[in-house]
Amino acid sequence: MAPLTASSCAAPEQTVELPEGTNTTDQAVVQGRVLADAAPVGGAFVRLLDATGEFTAEVVSSPEGVFRFYTAPGTWTVRALSRAGSGQADLAVTTGVFEVDVPVAR
Amino acid sequence: MSREQALVTTDWAEQHLDTPGLVFVEVDEDTTAYDGGHLPGAVRINWKTELQDAVRRDFVDRPGFEKLLSEKGISNDDTVVLYGGNNNWFAAYAYWYFKLYGHQAVKLIDGGRKRWELDGRPLVTEVPDRPETSYTAQEQDLAIRAFRDEVVAAIGTQNLIDVRSPDEFSGKLLAPAHLPQEAAQRGGHIPTALNVPWSKAANEDGTFKSDAELAELYAAVGLDDSKDTIAYCRIGERSSHSWFVLSELLGKKNVKNYDGSWTEYGSLIGVPVETGSGA
Repeated sequence: MAPLTASSCAAPEQTVELPEGTNTTDQAVVQGRVLADAAPVGGAFVRLLDATGEFTAEVVSSPEGVFRFYTAPGTWTVRALSRAGSGQADLAVTTGVFEVDVPVAR
Repeated sequence: MSREQALVTTDWAEQHLDTPGLVFVEVDEDTTAYDGGHLPGAVRINWKTELQDAVRRDFVDRPGFEKLLSEKGISNDDTVVLYGGNNNWFAAYAYWYFKLYGHQAVKLIDGGRKRWELDGRPLVTEVPDRPETSYTAQEQDLAIRAFRDEVVAAIGTQNLIDVRSPDEFSGKLLAPAHLPQEAAQRGGHIPTALNVPWSKAANEDGTFKSDAELAELYAAVGLDDSKDTIAYCRIGERSSHSWFVLSELLGKKNVKNYDGSWTEYGSLIGVPVETGSGA
């Protein structure tokens, strides 16, 4: 367990590689890319919505279009909003690392 | 307080970037976002290193806030226009913080950085050089800040609003899902708290919903206007967003933000904790 800090709401950088030491046995890591016609979209606003459509978290995609969420097993929707358009993808996860790409279009 | 006084559009902001007496201030969750481009003329305040005490878990004290604003070139007569990323979470936190130290002329840009970027409006990397001022702050206005003892006393007697996501409220998640799920405290919520996620008050582009929609949102969960209200989240920034909605947009009286929030409450010994949906 990492120590609890009051500064830990700061958004981590969206790196291409899974950060070293990430716990993949207790949580579900949902990661992927935002794509417009197969080209990565950086700077997209990417949201994780729960099974009822309620907002759970949001990150800004990296220049490679990469996003990553740390969550619990269940059914989730990843939704992206960008200058290149919007789009979403659904997935069901258990614990571990799960990949999903989100296509966006106008 | 009303929407007209507290909120400006991105369009208004772009038209007023050069207006004397206005200081644009970016406060971001991602404290490096400013370096990559910010509103022309905007200064940065780092919520982590500049608004929080480096040693104690508390805000900088009154002389510290005076020193900070003086160095940023903000005077008592200036109107501060705040914006930030992640749906204005930390900009709303800064808005509440400025009010806490008595700076009344403060506004928030509706939608913040996200709306500005989606609009395709200009961002620059030049850092403005504002001459130092001699800023004077007031004592903290504790009418808008709640501490743990009054939160415990509010259980079952006042409106408690937990603005975290349903899965954090129930105890399924311990943190927002863009963060690793690691924390020392217990999961759950304060008994009798209503769960109104901050996100229900905002549109997808980060702008606030209409006053009618916002009023309906809190009426629907049974917020009792005859009682005082305390909002909380995990570290007090998302609840600043909901405090802004309740106090500044809807004009409700006696609304406090509990900045200790779940990281404090969920680590206290001897207080009641509830798990599950609460419904």
